[in-house]
Order: sequence, then C-alpha cells, then structure tokens
Amino acid sequence: MLEFALERYNYWIVIILMMIGLYIVFSRGNLVKTLIGLNLFQTSVFIFYITVGKVVGGTAPILLGGHSEGSHGDEHGAGHSDANGETHQDASLSAEDAAAAAQGDLVNRLGSRAADQGHVTGHESLHDGPEGATSNSLFTGSPGENMPDLITRGGAAEVPHTDVHAAEAALDTLYSNPLPHVLILTAIVVGVATTAVGLSLAVRIREAYGTVEEDDIEAIDNKTQLAEVMA
Amino acid sequence: MLLNDLPVLPVILPLVAAPICLLLPNNRLPGTFASVIAGLSAVFSAMLLADVVTNGPANYDLGGWAAPLGIVYRVDIAGALVMTLVASMAAVTIPYAIRSVEMEIVKSQTSAFFAMFLICFAGLIGVVATGDAFNVFVFLEISSLSTYTLVAMGAKRDRRALTAAFTYLVLGTIGATFFVIGLGLLYQATGTLNMLDIHERLLGQDNRVVRAAFAFIFTGLALKLAMFPLHQWLPNAYTFAPSSVTAFLASTATKVAIYAMLRFLFTVYGFQFGFMDVAFAFFLLLGMLGMFVASLIAVFREDVKMIFAYSSVAQIGYMLLGISFATPEGVGAALVYVVNHAVTKAALFMAIGAVVYSIGGHRLPAFRGLAKRMPVTAGALIVAGLALVGVPMTAGFISKWLLIQAAFEATLPVSSLFLVLFIVSTTLLAVGYVGRLVWEMTLRDPEGQVEIKRLPLAMMVPMLIVTALTVYLGVNAEGLINLAEAAARQLLDTGLGTGGAF
Repeated sequence: MLEFALERYNYWIVIILMMIGLYIVFSRGNLVKTLIGLNLFQTSVFIFYITVGKVVGGTAPILLGGHSEGSHGDEHGAGHSDANGETHQDASLSAEDAAAAAQGDLVNRLGSRAADQGHVTGHESLHDGPEGATSNSLFTGSPGENMPDLITRGGAAEVPHTDVHAAEAALDTLYSNPLPHVLILTAIVVGVATTAVGLSLAVRIREAYGTVEEDDIEAIDNKTQLAEVMA
Repeated sequence: MLLNDLPVLPVILPLVAAPICLLLPNNRLPGTFASVIAGLSAVFSAMLLADVVTNGPANYDLGGWAAPLGIVYRVDIAGALVMTLVASMAAVTIPYAIRSVEMEIVKSQTSAFFAMFLICFAGLIGVVATGDAFNVFVFLEISSLSTYTLVAMGAKRDRRALTAAFTYLVLGTIGATFFVIGLGLLYQATGTLNMLDIHERLLGQDNRVVRAAFAFIFTGLALKLAMFPLHQWLPNAYTFAPSSVTAFLASTATKVAIYAMLRFLFTVYGFQFGFMDVAFAFFLLLGMLGMFVASLIAVFREDVKMIFAYSSVAQIGYMLLGISFATPEGVGAALVYVVNHAVTKAALFMAIGAVVYSIGGHRLPAFRGLAKRMPVTAGALIVAGLALVGVPMTAGFISKWLLIQAAFEATLPVSSLFLVLFIVSTTLLAVGYVGRLVWEMTLRDPEGQVEIKRLPLAMMVPMLIVTALTVYLGVNAEGLINLAEAAARQLLDTGLGTGGAF
C-alpha cells in the first residue's frame, strides 16, 4: 500500500500543491497573495500534464504515406491500442520515473543500446525520428491493407523477429509524449496572461482604494453602498 | 470557396480584426469597424446555419489535418444556432456600444475596448465552433480574459468594477483550471482530444479516472456558466461592467458555457456513461434551487442591473432544468430558452444602459417616473420585462411553455406536476421583481429635476431591434422551435451513439 502511494509521488505533489494553492486563494484576503495561490494551483496542473506526458516504452508516431480517408479506420485502431497502452503505462510510470532518477541517464543508455543494435541489424531504431524512413522497410515484407499507418508503441509488438531486441529496448525507453507538453505550454501562456491581468487589476484597485486587502475594500464598498441607499 | 471556410470564418474574422482595431484612433472609428466585423460574422454564421440545416454538420480541418491528428471545427445545428445567436448579439451590441461607452469608459481606452470586445466575441464563437476538447479551454480563456478587462473598464463610473473583475478573474480561472484538469484525465483515459474520438473511446469505459474527469469538467463549466451556487462572480460583474458589456455578456457568455456543457454531456460522454444520472439529478436540484433563491434575492435588490443579474442566475436554472430532463423535448426547450433569454436580457440591459446614458444611474430611484421622462426606453423595459416573466405573445412565454411541456413528458425522479408548479411559482417571483420596476416607472412621479440627455439613435435603434425580436420570437416561434428540436435530436443521437455523427 505504502509502495503503491510512493510510486506515484508526482501525483501526490500535484494534489498537495493544488490544495495549498486553493487554500491560499480562499483564505487570504490580500489580493496579491490570492494571485500567488492561483498560480500555485495552476502550476500543479502543469506538473500533472507533464506527468501524463511521460510514457514508458513509447515512441514517436511515424506516419507512413498519407492519411487518406480510406486509411482512417486503421489509424484509429492503432491509435486506440496506443491509448490503452498508455493508461497501463501511466500506472507504472512513477516507479519508472524514480528508477530513472536513481540510475541517472536511463533514457540515454537505452537509447544508445537501441541505436547500437540498430547498427547491427540495420534498420530498427523505432524511436528515432530521422530513421523513420528505414523503419518503413520493416513493413514492406507484410503487404496489404492491415499495415498500420501509424507505428506506435502498440504497433511495436508486431515487429518481425530479427528486430525483437530493438523493440524491447524501445519498450523500456521513457518517452515524452509531445502533445501534453504542447497543451501545457498553451495553458502556461494562458496562466501568464491571467496573472498579468490579475496583477494589473490589483494595481488599479490599489490606485482606486488605497489598499489591496479584501476586508478593507469590502468595508469601503459597504460604506459607499450605505451612502447610496441613504441618498 | 467561401462556403467551405464557413465554420472557421466567424472565428478568424474578429480575431484578426482585434489587433487592427487596437491601432485605430480613439474616436468612433474602432466601434464602427468592430460593428462591420461583427455584422459580417453574423452573416457568415447565418449562412452556416442554413447550410448545416440542409447538408448536415459542417467539418473543417484546420491546416488540412484530418480528424484524429489535427484540430477540426465541427458545427452541427446546435452549434450553428448558438453561433448565430452570439454573432447577431455582437452585431447589435457593438453599434450600441459606440455611443454608450463614450459616457462609461475613459476615452483613451476606446480602441482597446473594442479590440477586447472583438477578442471576447471571437473566443465565444470559437468555443461553439471547435470540435476539439482542448480548444474549448483555449477559447474559453480567450473570451474570459478579455471579459475581465471589459468588466474592469467600468471603473470610470464606479470603482467597484475593479473588485468585481478581480473576483470574476479568480473564480473564472479556478473554473478554467478545473476544466483543464478534467481534460487531462480524459486524455489519460482515451489518448485523444477530438470530441467524437473521445466519445468513441469512452464507450463502455467507466472507471474512477473517467468519473473524476467528468466531475472536474462539469464543476469548471458550472463556474463559467454561473450555476447556482457557483454564481458569486456574476451579480457584481454584471452590475458594474459598462452597459453594453453587460448586455453582451448576459446574452452570450453564460449561454456559450451552457452550450459547452451540452457538448460535453452528450457529444463527449453520452448516455452510456453510467454517471450521467447523478449529473442530471444534480442539475435538476441545483437548477431548481437557483430558480428559487436567485429570484428571491432579485426581488429585494435596489439596483436594477443587480436585479436582472440575479434574474440571469435564476434563468440559468430553468435551462439546466431543461437539460436535466435528458429528452429531446427538454434539451430543445433549453436551447429555445437560451435563445429567448439571450434576446430578452440584451433588450433589458440595453434599456438600462439607455437610462444610465440619459439620467446617469442604474439604481431604482433613477427609474422613478421613467414612463414620463423616457417613454420609448420605458416601453422597451416593460416589453422585455414581460418577456422575462413569460407573458403570452412574448419570447419568454414560448420558452416556459416548452419547458413545462417537456416536464410533463419526461420521466423524472420528482413528480412532473410538482416541477411545473415550481416553475410557475418561481415565475411569480419574477413578476415580483419586474413588477417592482414597472411600478416605479409608471406609477411614481420622477424625483427632482434632472437634465435628461437625448438618447442617440445609435443606441435607440439596436435597443428597439432587440425588443422587437423578443415580441417576434413570441409570436412566430415555429421556426426556432423546430430548429432547436432538430438540434437537440442531433445532440442526443450522438449521446446515444446512434446519430449521424458516426
């Protein structure tokens, strides 16, 4: 049980940061502190997305040929198995993460191992972008409609015998899925914009009220309201 | 060629026009320019609606990348309907804003104001047009961020606009972040962000990840659409924002969030998802609570803008009620309600803006004897107020009638008769707050001698157009009802997994 919890330590960091952030937002009366809390809250989400983005044994999806209407279904299938794999992987992910931290450059090591074997057998560096063209030849032997357009981790299992070692190496590789990173980059930009707008509002509030403490502002507003009702 | 780009044009146009608008001088030019852009967008949206009704959902692959890999814009009837609503509301409120903001914001901010208005508009349309779940978040934030600044610009008249905008910013950001967390979990469970793709992969999946995603997404959206009791940001934001901004926001922002909720409920999750019943029960309960409590608060407010802000919260309750029936009739009624309420609230807030322009206040005393001082504006207020209550021959009657009909037909955890009685009794509360205003306007004499500024035609005409629309939608509702029913059917068919979406 303890191990189960410890393996997922980055999720715990996310949850703790998120709760601290929300607590600050709700409990602090100072507008700037509220914004700091908001930032902490958002940061926890960034970490969450980055955690989601790490996939053990993943590889870049390499497109073979165009993705015409006809091949749509195939693509779907490949993508689907990828997704299921991903959920699996995520469960064991933090453990791998920890291992990576302990062993230093796990990723690089495995990567180079795969590359070495690539030299021997010639054409199986699945995870390597530039050699995508070579991996194309992997599938020329199995012609027909059921050739997947999208070589994903799910597809890696179908690699012919000679390439099994490379495939295993690829399965151990900690791969960064670029999509969540791109998503979170967008979210970071949104977060920066929000902070900027929030801080400039705080500056304007300070100019208008002479304070950034919510309690004081409320007291001033209540006075104004009372005056309005009386008038 | 132009026809193929229709789903994307109403989004791109204001988005590109906004920075140009910022470069224009601080006179009436930016407003005129923004009006033209909004008008064009409205025309394109209407063309898209006509196209979607005859040819089925319109798809547009951004950058030529097809569905699972690229971002697609997908507009079905519900989308086109809301899109046309938002675009036409912008097309009437922006011309109105030209003269209205001369009084209400600092002159040096005029071009920035209209640039923000266009960005907000683009964001709202984007939420409706996109078929990509993460894109919804981006567009929601585009519109929200510009809304915060728009609300804050009301600070020239009342500094409380600043604190209102700040509260809105904090709560809006929490809502948006909740939404992103939900999307992250959904992505983890399905590995895709395309809505139809997610739907396909969620079929049969029911685990804690998917349920947590559901909870996060709907809490986030509930904050954005001001579902009771998450509405705390709304009354102050509406009260202290410039009049034209209030008119636009009240008629579009929460409606678009409702649309996003419909999308996620039916297109993304669908009925196979076991958790839906719990959600519907929640919507039913919170909708009813909102209808009652917010209406009750509205009766006792002294500020007319505040009264109608609370009434907005209450009206959202009616829409949620319609959605919670989960029948084509219920969802159709909710969509009709969205349109009718948008038009009604736009008319009301425009009329209030006219009073702010001419008399210089939006508290009840400013409305005393308005029927004698400003007969046209008072007339518009009365007509729109009656539409809000739901008097026959107005838009509000049609939407409440449909809702009651749907309540009778649906199978619900509570008795239909009780629901209908509840709807009628909360309507009486609406009679309370509208009646209070009408009484002040017609039966009391104006206080003191205030110089009344003549209302410019540029404000009068949009106000009268929208007011006329509330009556028109009450008299000739056939078209809208059919459209909304078709839209609801399409949505629910997708939810059942049987529709034309696949």
